[in-house]
Amino acid sequence: MSVLLFTIIVLAGAFLAGLVGSLTGLGGGVIIIPLLTLVLGVDIHYAIGASIVSVIATSSGSAAAYVKEGITNIRIGMFLEVATTISAVIGAVVTVYLDPSYIAVIFGLILLFSAAMMVVKKVDRSDNDTSGKLAVFFKLNGTYPTEEGMKKYAVHRVFGGFIMMFFAGIISGLLGIGSGALKVIAMDNIMRIPFKVSTTTSNFMMGVTAAASAIVYLHRGQIDPGIAMPVTIGVLSGATLGSKILVRTKTDKLKIVFAVVVTFLALQMIYNGLSGKL
Amino acid sequence: MSSEKKNFFADRDIQVILGTLLRVGVVASMSVVMIGGLLYLFSDHASLIDYRNFNPNKSGFSSIHAILVGLKELNAKAIIQFGTLLLIFTPVARVVFSIFSFLIERDYLYVLIGLFVLSIIMYSLSDKLVG
Repeated sequence: MSVLLFTIIVLAGAFLAGLVGSLTGLGGGVIIIPLLTLVLGVDIHYAIGASIVSVIATSSGSAAAYVKEGITNIRIGMFLEVATTISAVIGAVVTVYLDPSYIAVIFGLILLFSAAMMVVKKVDRSDNDTSGKLAVFFKLNGTYPTEEGMKKYAVHRVFGGFIMMFFAGIISGLLGIGSGALKVIAMDNIMRIPFKVSTTTSNFMMGVTAAASAIVYLHRGQIDPGIAMPVTIGVLSGATLGSKILVRTKTDKLKIVFAVVVTFLALQMIYNGLSGKL
Repeated sequence: MSSEKKNFFADRDIQVILGTLLRVGVVASMSVVMIGGLLYLFSDHASLIDYRNFNPNKSGFSSIHAILVGLKELNAKAIIQFGTLLLIFTPVARVVFSIFSFLIERDYLYVLIGLFVLSIIMYSLSDKLVG
């Protein structure tokens, strides 16, 4: 395949991945990696390197919009980044020693999990009950704006959330994705942070986490300019368009259709991994 | 005075500066990537791609030094990699910015936490992690 044709195909695919990824909340990385490996036969190590760059671009791009709303809890973000940056670097160092077929199987499993998380109805468990000593010591409790004025919230089970974030960072470093689905588990379910705060704070952390592993990938030659260029430009422009139409679109049906597609991709990744085709 | 300092992150001006910093970082780096991309397509459009097997030495521009050297020669691939590098440093700049704002707030616990996060990223820059 010529460079020109490859660039055009990847650009179009990455644009779609960014668009659908932002409409469904799944993120672009989890879609672009199967496209590159399954459809175009690119080695998974290159796909991971290109994907992590697109994660930084979309995270920083949308964080710019979120930051102005003033609901990101920078202390929670910074505190949990201790876990995610260490583990992301570990994940990025380890990934090259793993056989591509193992990476494909792990990737497929995370995809299946993300697809399930996408259709499950989320429950906001936030409250302002007395929180633990750790949350007070690290000054994690905060307030956020609602229609009835500023509302206080307390952060729960800080240690458990920290451990879950460590795991999310490992997956992010191993697979080159933002691992948003795992961060939701840590922040919404374990630490019981309100949605508005957890979504923006998780996004705030994603860029920093991805930057830590991206540097490792760059040194190793996993970020190839010929792939990273169309992937980053495509995903970012798709995600930007997505965030603009998201405000006035109902995405429930789209999410279900997309969950089916993602499940199919996941099974394909796992099958190819197990049969050693990747 | 001290209550004003405590509300540092709630201060809209600071939030707007932070948002602008991120946006400028993304727009600047993507522009560089796009310029490099056009040059790359112009010179290499007919070559054949080969990404079937991962080869650590193929990309060529895999260290900051190599990228800067290539940039001086206006190598298209080096320009793309330089744009990527700018993009990687955008969230890192945000961490640095946060450390300064914690310092102004005199929240030394979070200055330490921020410095710790920054040092992990700097350690990964040192090239020792890649065998």
